[in-house]
Amino acid sequence: MRTMYIIWLRQLKRYFRSKSRMIGSLGFPILILLALGYGLGPVYQKAGGGNYIDFLAPGIVAMAILFMAMFSGIEVIYDRQFGFLKETLVAPVSRLKIMLGRTLGGATTALFQGILIFIIAVLVGFRPAHWAGIPLALVFMIIIGILFTAIGTAIASRMEDMQAFPIIMNFVMMPLFFLSGAIFPLEGLSPVMKVITEINPLTYGVDALRQALTGAVHFGLATDFIVLGAFTVVFLVFGAYMFSKIEI
Amino acid sequence: MKKEMIVVKNLVKKFKDLTAVDNISFNVKEGEIFAFLGPNGAGKTTTIKMLTTLLHPTAGSIKVNSFDVMHNQDKVRASFGIVFQDPSIDDELTAYENMEFHGVLYSVPKDVRRKRIDELLEIVELSDRKNNLVKEFSGGMKRRLEIARGMLHHPKIIFLDEPTQGLDPQTRNKMWDYVKKLNKKEKITVFFTTHYMEEAQKVAQRISVIDQGKIIKTGTVESLMKDTKTKTLEEAFLELTGRDLRKDSASAIDGMRMASRMWRGRK
Repeated sequence: MRTMYIIWLRQLKRYFRSKSRMIGSLGFPILILLALGYGLGPVYQKAGGGNYIDFLAPGIVAMAILFMAMFSGIEVIYDRQFGFLKETLVAPVSRLKIMLGRTLGGATTALFQGILIFIIAVLVGFRPAHWAGIPLALVFMIIIGILFTAIGTAIASRMEDMQAFPIIMNFVMMPLFFLSGAIFPLEGLSPVMKVITEINPLTYGVDALRQALTGAVHFGLATDFIVLGAFTVVFLVFGAYMFSKIEI
Repeated sequence: MKKEMIVVKNLVKKFKDLTAVDNISFNVKEGEIFAFLGPNGAGKTTTIKMLTTLLHPTAGSIKVNSFDVMHNQDKVRASFGIVFQDPSIDDELTAYENMEFHGVLYSVPKDVRRKRIDELLEIVELSDRKNNLVKEFSGGMKRRLEIARGMLHHPKIIFLDEPTQGLDPQTRNKMWDYVKKLNKKEKITVFFTTHYMEEAQKVAQRISVIDQGKIIKTGTVESLMKDTKTKTLEEAFLELTGRDLRKDSASAIDGMRMASRMWRGRK
């Protein structure tokens, strides 16, 4: 436990010390929130969808968590390149513990990031339907964080250098976000889009946050929890396996 | 009879069609200072990686502190400390935090850990900088911190992979002073690699000359010179390994080192 704690603590210290990274990674979610929220708001309203900021905010919270979590997972590449990974790999500690410590650390920083975006969303006009839904939303935020940190770790375990970054950004993170129902409703989609959104784990995270915060139901919380939970378990195991295979 | 700290038998490592380490055997005794001396690409780092469980051997056996490297990994890992060829500290933590992290990973109890960290930072003369972020440190200071860190969990053996590369002569000298001091004081076995002759000559009690994955000769400085009928270790070394220039097979790693230097330069 103590070893996992110290690895978790390291991730947190790195997060809080690097203010530029913290602020930098808030930029894109805020841009999307404002540009889409105010830009598409009137059209959405006219189409009878109601307040678009209220619809969009939970999706942007999920997005902030997705980005932070994936980047935390991908930090394995940094650690490999700056040499610190070797320090942990020659220690008499199982790789599983190292991987779990990292993942929990990444999920925690992602949770902070999600909370920051939530606060900003409230400041620009988002009003949760019932504040009592927030604890439930926090639970889902943690699960989303763990899932995508694990995915990031799994990918980064096979990557040797920073050049992988834009690839992961453009071919994993962006599609996960844009095809998740974060920015559009899942009702009335074409069959292809329906399939794509339904195999995307983030869709269930967005849906759960939306229901917890605004009361809008699509899949229902039970389905969201089961699907997200299953994805999380699978990718934790897969990530741990990939991490255990790293050779330097 | 002193205990054998490292016992290597018929060790082989192949990467696809390249044989990096080609059937080597050697022993290192407890408390000994032992050096691998060889040109670039001789297989020094690959051997250290296998000794320290980072790479799986293709064939052969290794025992470190009487534990088998393949089957008793955690016992082996707890037995040694290591200073890698490239930096391996977290730049965004302080010196003290890097030490603390290491101590917890190696399950050093809290009271012992705190005392030991202070003591070691004192020895490597970093006590007054212990709460500074490592990214503010010079190359030499980072190295010193790595040596202190490698010793933190009272290892039986310390591996030093080209530990003085890129350091100025003052730091280099100091560094060997610390290592010799700890070798005396704590009876730590020292295994290091280098391609600096004078370093091997001054520090090592026994030397293996390694080239193209093979150990060419093992012995004391005197016996190496005597056997090759030469007057200096450098001549003996050139006599044993030939005078051709070596291809640096570590060029990929060099590329990485460059990249990491560039990133660091951005701050």
